[in-house]
Amino acid sequence: MTVEKPLTKDIPTDGQALDLKGYERAGGYQALRKALRNMTPQQVQEEVKNSGLRGRGGAGFPTGDKWSFTPMGTDAPRPKYVIANADEMEPGTFKDRFLMEGNPHQLIEGLILAGYANQSDIAYIFIRGEYKLSQERLARALADAYSAGYLGKNILNLGYGLEMYLHVSAGRYMCGEETGLLNALEGKRANPRAKPPYPQVSGLWGKPTIVNNVETLANVPHIVDRGAEWFKGLSRTKDAGTKLYGASGKVKRPGLWELPMGTPVRELLEEHAGGMRDGLRFRGLLPGGASTDFLVEQHLDVPMDFTEVEKAGSRLGTGTMIILDDRTCPVGMTSNLIHFFSRESCGWCTPCWSGLNWAERILQAMEEGHATVGDLDILKSQTKFWGPGHTFCALAPGAAEPLESALKYFHDDFESHIREQRCSFRKLGRT
Amino acid sequence: MLTAEERQEIEAEMALYPTKEAVRIGAMKIVQRHRGWVSDESIRDIGELLNASPADLDSLATFYNLIFRKPVGRHVIMLCDSVSCWIMGYDGIRERLAARLGIGFGETTPDNRFTLLPIVCLGACEQAPAMTLNNDLHGNLDPAKLDSLLEDCK
Repeated sequence: MTVEKPLTKDIPTDGQALDLKGYERAGGYQALRKALRNMTPQQVQEEVKNSGLRGRGGAGFPTGDKWSFTPMGTDAPRPKYVIANADEMEPGTFKDRFLMEGNPHQLIEGLILAGYANQSDIAYIFIRGEYKLSQERLARALADAYSAGYLGKNILNLGYGLEMYLHVSAGRYMCGEETGLLNALEGKRANPRAKPPYPQVSGLWGKPTIVNNVETLANVPHIVDRGAEWFKGLSRTKDAGTKLYGASGKVKRPGLWELPMGTPVRELLEEHAGGMRDGLRFRGLLPGGASTDFLVEQHLDVPMDFTEVEKAGSRLGTGTMIILDDRTCPVGMTSNLIHFFSRESCGWCTPCWSGLNWAERILQAMEEGHATVGDLDILKSQTKFWGPGHTFCALAPGAAEPLESALKYFHDDFESHIREQRCSFRKLGRT
Repeated sequence: MLTAEERQEIEAEMALYPTKEAVRIGAMKIVQRHRGWVSDESIRDIGELLNASPADLDSLATFYNLIFRKPVGRHVIMLCDSVSCWIMGYDGIRERLAARLGIGFGETTPDNRFTLLPIVCLGACEQAPAMTLNNDLHGNLDPAKLDSLLEDCK
């Protein structure tokens, strides 16, 4: 059986973007025609719900369920908004950039379909400032889509209208958080908002708003085109579809691969990433970005999907794995991660800004050889304070995941840093 | 004073959003694109155009890391310090940059040639370590590649 790769099969291998003509030749914008001609918005919502598509930005919330909260019909507040979250900034994650650079129209069509399904009036693509090439290619694709009649007041003369704009952000990890993103778009600091009300009901400028990740939206045209059953059949496990998996760190072939959802960690690591570099041994990995718990040797046969990775005590997250080898210090790696979260904390919630800063200083002291025995207890208690329910958004709970799991799986390394008052990895040198 | 061109670009942005407030961050980015950074004078001028107080604008400028409130060099280097790059040799690249340029993060060389800044994950983890030089991405950095990139910057 050949493995289907709907998201990436049309991306040119020469590094160029698939242009409008190429996208249309590959069947692009046919799903949009089909939806606008033959399906009601509710039917598009139903199809996506039945497909089992779950959000690819990290949280894995079912996309159809998210859409189902949008107020529909003539009484709904207007304008309604739909947003592509292209603020990819989760450390270790590089999948949305690949999709936007290679096939910008796929994202645009997915966003139009999401707009149609929710009867939205205005769409924004919220993209991080550093993704210059993606911005250029999306701007070009947007202009081409407008010229071809896929966007505007009366799309393809089929009665639905949507305006779509590219919004280039000015930095900060917090903008990738759904409600932080809304504040950033409104011209405010990207602090999170209290939920409820959820953005579907009261989002951008208080209007109903849908925010979906780039990879999530890229799946939508294929689901509308080929149906929910086909989409479910792509996967090896219960969670539907394909997934863009990645690997970085000291493996032989770091990279990105579209594979059936539920591909086991070992297969990704050994067959696709080529195994560890010569002379290095595997010690652990973060399965889907900085804000996921470490997995170790005993988890290598876990299928990489939302359900199974959660059972193993972590999260699929973005599905792009960061590999820890046996010559890289787990304490140093954890210190790097907590430094990231501490710097990127927006300062809104005390357990986050204060706790992360404290943990960052402890970990740094540990690396430099002047940590004390009680420090491990402080770190452990901090991860509890950062847990869900203590802060407005998921940044602090996300930071707790790698730290808590590192303390569990690499306990001896933390202890030896305190006992020996030094990092024993430093003498190994960096390869 | 804002130039006619800056003013025009800011006004074009206003068409994309229902409020003037939404254009505040974008307006500072426009000014920065023309002048390299956002001065106190620019903050005042943008504030007058968008009915925003200097304090409100400054609270945004200091929140968003891609807006510069100090002058920067002719070439801006942003070195990724996130986890994949850290594993793949970020320390060595940072040391090399410090040695070559004689500056640390947040500093500009005395000849105004380079400014060096840390940046979060650039989404280029398969080619770590990575950095941007004047917003262009460069991956798979090693000392030789770094040296040749720096040589090309006048």
